[in-house]
Amino acid sequence: MTQLILEQALNGLQFGLMLFLLAAGLTLVFGIMDCINLAHGSLYMVGAYFVAAAAQAADSFWIGLGVGVAGAAVLGLLLELTLFRQLYRRDHLSQVLATFALILIANEAVRVIWGPAPLLLNPPEALAGPVELPLFGETFFYPAYRLLIIGVGLAVAGLLYLLVAKSRVGMWVRAGASNREMTEALGINVRWLFTAVFVFGAALCALAGGLLGPLLAVQVGMGESVLILAFVVIIIGGIGSIRGALVGSLIVGTVDTLGRALLPTLLRATLPGDAAATLGPALASILIYLLMAGILFFKPQGLFPARA
Amino acid sequence: MAFYRPTRWQRSLTIVLLTLLLGLPMLLNSLEQGFYIGFATRVLIFSLAATSLNLVLGFGGMVSLGHAAFFGAGAYIAAICQQAGLSEALLALPLAMLGAGLLALLIGAISLRTRGVYFIMITLAFAQMVYYLFISARAWGGDDGLPLSERMRFAGFSLVDDAALYYLALGALAVVMLLLGRLTEARFGRSIQAIRENETRMEALGYPVFTYRLVCFALGGAVAGLAGALLANLTGLASPALLQWTQSGTLLVMVIIGGVGYLYGGVVGAVVLLLLEEVLLGYFAHWHIVLGLLLLAIVLFAPKGVAALFGRPRG
Amino acid sequence: MAEALLEVRQLSRCFAAVDALKDVDFSLDAGEVHALIGPNGAGKTTFIHHVSGALQPDSGSVHFAGRDVTRLAMHQRVAAGMARSYQITNVFRGLTALDNVALAVQGRSDAGSSFRFWRPVRSERRLFDEAQDFLEQVGLADKAAIVAGQLSHGEQRALELAMALATKPQLLLLDEPMAGTGPEESARMVELIEHLARHVTILLVEHDMDAVFRLADRISVLVNGQLICTGTPEAVRNDTGVRRAYLGDHL
Repeated sequence: MTQLILEQALNGLQFGLMLFLLAAGLTLVFGIMDCINLAHGSLYMVGAYFVAAAAQAADSFWIGLGVGVAGAAVLGLLLELTLFRQLYRRDHLSQVLATFALILIANEAVRVIWGPAPLLLNPPEALAGPVELPLFGETFFYPAYRLLIIGVGLAVAGLLYLLVAKSRVGMWVRAGASNREMTEALGINVRWLFTAVFVFGAALCALAGGLLGPLLAVQVGMGESVLILAFVVIIIGGIGSIRGALVGSLIVGTVDTLGRALLPTLLRATLPGDAAATLGPALASILIYLLMAGILFFKPQGLFPARA
Repeated sequence: MAFYRPTRWQRSLTIVLLTLLLGLPMLLNSLEQGFYIGFATRVLIFSLAATSLNLVLGFGGMVSLGHAAFFGAGAYIAAICQQAGLSEALLALPLAMLGAGLLALLIGAISLRTRGVYFIMITLAFAQMVYYLFISARAWGGDDGLPLSERMRFAGFSLVDDAALYYLALGALAVVMLLLGRLTEARFGRSIQAIRENETRMEALGYPVFTYRLVCFALGGAVAGLAGALLANLTGLASPALLQWTQSGTLLVMVIIGGVGYLYGGVVGAVVLLLLEEVLLGYFAHWHIVLGLLLLAIVLFAPKGVAALFGRPRG
Repeated sequence: MAEALLEVRQLSRCFAAVDALKDVDFSLDAGEVHALIGPNGAGKTTFIHHVSGALQPDSGSVHFAGRDVTRLAMHQRVAAGMARSYQITNVFRGLTALDNVALAVQGRSDAGSSFRFWRPVRSERRLFDEAQDFLEQVGLADKAAIVAGQLSHGEQRALELAMALATKPQLLLLDEPMAGTGPEESARMVELIEHLARHVTILLVEHDMDAVFRLADRISVLVNGQLICTGTPEAVRNDTGVRRAYLGDHL
């Protein structure tokens, strides 16, 4: 039982960190530019496809990851320059429509280029097996590749946090999220700041997509369910707040993973069999949404609102 | 913007179109194209669903990305009614409206405390929750959806004949359009349109803005539930696909193509989109690319939509 | 004297570590015109926001007509008899002047519920007759059919006043009604407020000192979020503290 809980907790941490990579870019775009981007999940999907295709071509996961992330950044740059710049000033409805259109185009284009079947992405061979972790005198096996994801996730999260919390660019970004006019008045070129944030967000998407590729299937539609989870993260954390995105990601990642793994068992122990069998999976799948509703009820602006 | 007001020729055009639609099944049957009666019914049902979103979005000014939850809930309630032995549409349809309306009331009560980007994300998230709730229930078919063993009866008459269901959908749409047309010019309609324009001012005039929005949101949800229940009868299945968030996106696209805040915006949008799909899909399997580019063009060049031709602001 | 119509006690509000309002005690008697003056950024509009319910205080209370309204939402305070105008003109620019005021009449509880879904507003003669009366009161009777966005600035200010009046308030909160108007329009506005003051209690925030000293029965001075003086125009004019803090730069 301890083993199961520990394993699921690590899985939850890993999932949460990947969610953070997605939510970090998204929350800044929402917060600074007051722009809704439904196509963020498509960047994640396209990024994963880039990584998978490049990894197959080069026969190396690492080269694939590098090329894929760079490719997604270039795609993000093109999108920002041609479309999103026009959208920042438009109403939310136009933003929803335009980015929904991007999803339709992206899903169909991926189908045309790579076909309807999922793409295979293998983890690096050295990390394919499990590693032994010593634990309270017992040994505990955990997949090496998942440990790598946790490591990369922690590193990126730490870097991002330092970048936004401590650096000058980060200060502009935070200022932009809390008060755009003020930032412009300080003479900061907001236009290029927007571009940089957007491109950075796209690269993080591809990183998450590439890292998760070996665990999940790289396929059409993979971006949409994860997009909604990123939304839940942002709602919980507060729009425009990196700290909120980090806390929200970890909450959503662990609650969702642990809920799915443990809740059915817990219910079976407390409720009669029939009720537990029906209620368990249902409750587990909506647990994070209930959590979101609860947080919203008490803090409509999220846990760490960026705007006072 | 001003209050919505129909153009002078709108009423006569509606009567002409309604007459034509009444004759459509006979025409199609005489041309031996009876297959298209089902398609026409589908268009009518989606017109109804898109119109319900237009009430929320166009008149109430609430950009909801969770409308599929109410559409799908209506379908499931119809299927559940039939499973429980209740096959009378006169009872099942109002039950679907009531259930979907209550669901909208609940979701609205939490979401409407927020604004802007937040509101869009929250309606989307709650709709996703409803989706998971329905597919995780094994008694309701899980991922496969809940089939209806046969179509319902309406006041005792069987709806098995395609034309019968067509007329029921046409009647429902006509009644809803009539009520919506009255609503937009009545006190409630003027209030929500003014709230859409300037909610602080309305609050300062003594209007409980939250309550108006909530009622509008719930009414939209109830009508979407009606559309869902009709669709379940047409396809014989309450499908999880109806609850998916892309369905909300499709309804939104219909309203925007047709014209946000125009009485017939939802109808025009549903007709245009479904006809486009029917025609283009025959020539081009990847028609979503065409649709996506078309939508981008609309956002960038024609933000008012097609139905801007069908009604104009006063003054 | 009867008990105060509006009683504000120890009202404080802090924005980002800056005290916008600090321990403000303020009372307003029924029937008076009470002007609130002070330099730019003194917190006058913030004060109006707290009285009208657009903002909630960190601490302190607002009592209106003998009732604690501190936690009431704006629309509930309007229903209790408080109406406001905005510093920046806030009317429905796409609607006619008459429709603007009719909306205000319709929002009043004694005009019946607005949750009506069938009968066209067009046919509700009483609503529009009454709206026309209010337009007349502010001198816009012949502008009823004109879209608000096309009215002159002064006319829009008057329209805003008509909308506030149409809620039939006991207390009218006027936030710089003269802002941005020319001398002629200002003079007309002063006359209008003088006329209104016979029927309704007024809290007036205004920068135009001629108007303030002509209209006000009492004046309160707000500086840096603190109320430094309240008294008759005569007393305020002669108060050395006020002169030093504020009037010195202006008079």
